[in-house]
Amino acid sequence: MVLKKGKLVEAITGVVLGAFAVFVGLLLPVLILATLLKESLPALERFGILKFLTGTVWDPVSEVFGALPALTGTVLTTFVAALIALPISLGIAIFIAEIAPRKLKPIFSTAVELLGAIPSIIYGMWGLFVIAPLMAQHVEPFLQETLGKVPLLGRLFEGAPTGIDLLTSSFVLSIMIIPFMSAVVKDAFSMTPPLLKEAGYGLGATKWEVIKDVVIPYSLPGIVGGVVLSVGRALGETMAVAFLTGNVHQIPKSLLDPLTTITVAIANEFTEADSDLYLSSLYYLAFILFILSFGLLTFAKFFILERVGKRWGAGTI
Amino acid sequence: MGGGNDLRRVILKRKAVNVLMLSLSVLTALYGLLWLFWILADVVLNGLKYMSFDLFLKDPAPPGVEGGGLRHAFVGHLIITSLATLIGVPVGIGTGIFFAEYGRHSRFVGFLRSVTDVLVSFPSIIVGTFVYAVMVKPVGHFMGVSGSVALALLMIPVIAVTTDEILRLVPNSLREAGYALGAHRWQVIKDITLPAAKRGILTGVILGVARISGETAPLLFTSFNNNFFTVNPLEPMASLTVTIFQYAMGPYESWHGQAWASALVLTAGTLLFFILSKIMVHGFRRWG
Repeated sequence: MVLKKGKLVEAITGVVLGAFAVFVGLLLPVLILATLLKESLPALERFGILKFLTGTVWDPVSEVFGALPALTGTVLTTFVAALIALPISLGIAIFIAEIAPRKLKPIFSTAVELLGAIPSIIYGMWGLFVIAPLMAQHVEPFLQETLGKVPLLGRLFEGAPTGIDLLTSSFVLSIMIIPFMSAVVKDAFSMTPPLLKEAGYGLGATKWEVIKDVVIPYSLPGIVGGVVLSVGRALGETMAVAFLTGNVHQIPKSLLDPLTTITVAIANEFTEADSDLYLSSLYYLAFILFILSFGLLTFAKFFILERVGKRWGAGTI
Repeated sequence: MGGGNDLRRVILKRKAVNVLMLSLSVLTALYGLLWLFWILADVVLNGLKYMSFDLFLKDPAPPGVEGGGLRHAFVGHLIITSLATLIGVPVGIGTGIFFAEYGRHSRFVGFLRSVTDVLVSFPSIIVGTFVYAVMVKPVGHFMGVSGSVALALLMIPVIAVTTDEILRLVPNSLREAGYALGAHRWQVIKDITLPAAKRGILTGVILGVARISGETAPLLFTSFNNNFFTVNPLEPMASLTVTIFQYAMGPYESWHGQAWASALVLTAGTLLFFILSKIMVHGFRRWG
């Protein structure tokens, strides 16, 4: 009896836990993708794929919806944010991995992680009340006076400095992704075998030369994977930029133009969408974001980090 | 002689570059700290300025009228987050157990695990639109509990991944000792691996709660908002985060003040959970 009961419980736990795992790791993403696709069908039928992706008009009144402004907004804010965050994150990772005194390391690591643990709505609100006015009154006029006078480059700084624009959005977003990016880069650094570094020092290299010629080349795949992962995350960030883009469906021509992103358009318009086609178009945007973000994250995980992990794993055994 | 000078110059140059680059690295570190302290200082100073007991004890005044509080949002936030934790924790831990105990050598489970890893970084707003389609639209109105489901879906991957990682740290010899005594797999899990990894799993749960307690985007179209106090999770329910979003965007000074005060409470709560999980991780490592 006891033995039979044991076997029964064994079977049940196996099936239940297995069901959980299959649900989380397979059914959930498939269900989400299928639901998004189903909800976006009306818009898909009406606008097709190419027309929606290249459409520049987003007009709820005449029910014409094109994704290009929101799509470029998402790509641009993420790109500029990553551009700002990358050198900073590299520097922070170098500081934590190679420079900081042993006692200071955990304290500093935790401080940077804290920056990442602040809820994104707080970033958004702080950006709106503190950074946007600062940008509008001081930083952006200053940039216009200096960089704005440079030919060609000056075009990036045309327009009225309102503080609600691409520059402010990307800037706040960059602060938000620095903790994650520096953490993954630091992890990649820490995989470098001490033996290699010591060999560098043994040849008389300075600390910077060891970092530049040993640590960074060795951990390059990990760094690239980590950066792609951070970008994949930043694409889906909503609340930090929700206050700062202005939610204007236009392709920004300068850093000082207001814009919108996929996430901001969804957050602002979803509950106001009064027609089926409108709501469906927002779902269509969500579908595109799913493909973009899932694609990037999977790419980073499966094609870069996983391979790197295998190589590192082989090295440690 | 000239060769010696050249060498010295090269060494000096290399040393100078070294100092320059390392200083730049220190500067970036200070840059990171600057924003941490700047944000926290603004949140704390502004938050304290508008903090009052009324904030927690009173329901909102009509728009534009001074006074009132956000009791409805605090209570709503607690209810939504607690329900999410109730749903998310068992599924998350169960998934993690399966990954670590049942599927170590299976390629299929390896695939499931990698997808779960990806889900940790998944855009939370998409989960909101998904839950809207499957829970809100069929019912016809926003519900607090659909917000909980959205948050639970975000929390599950976090808990699953940490549980999996912690269980892998439990030495196999412990499991083998159990099997040698004739124990079933579920008995080994229940009596040996889970107790050994208890603390680490709890850390994962706290991390999961920290992750969802500051979320706004998935709540916008699920639990929505409510200007009135309610404890019924089948009605639309206010949450702290959505209320901050609404109040910060709103036109009234008094709303902005209350948004700052709530921002302070929210930040303090989230960071507290986060620090707690950090302390527990270090305790766990020392123990392990």
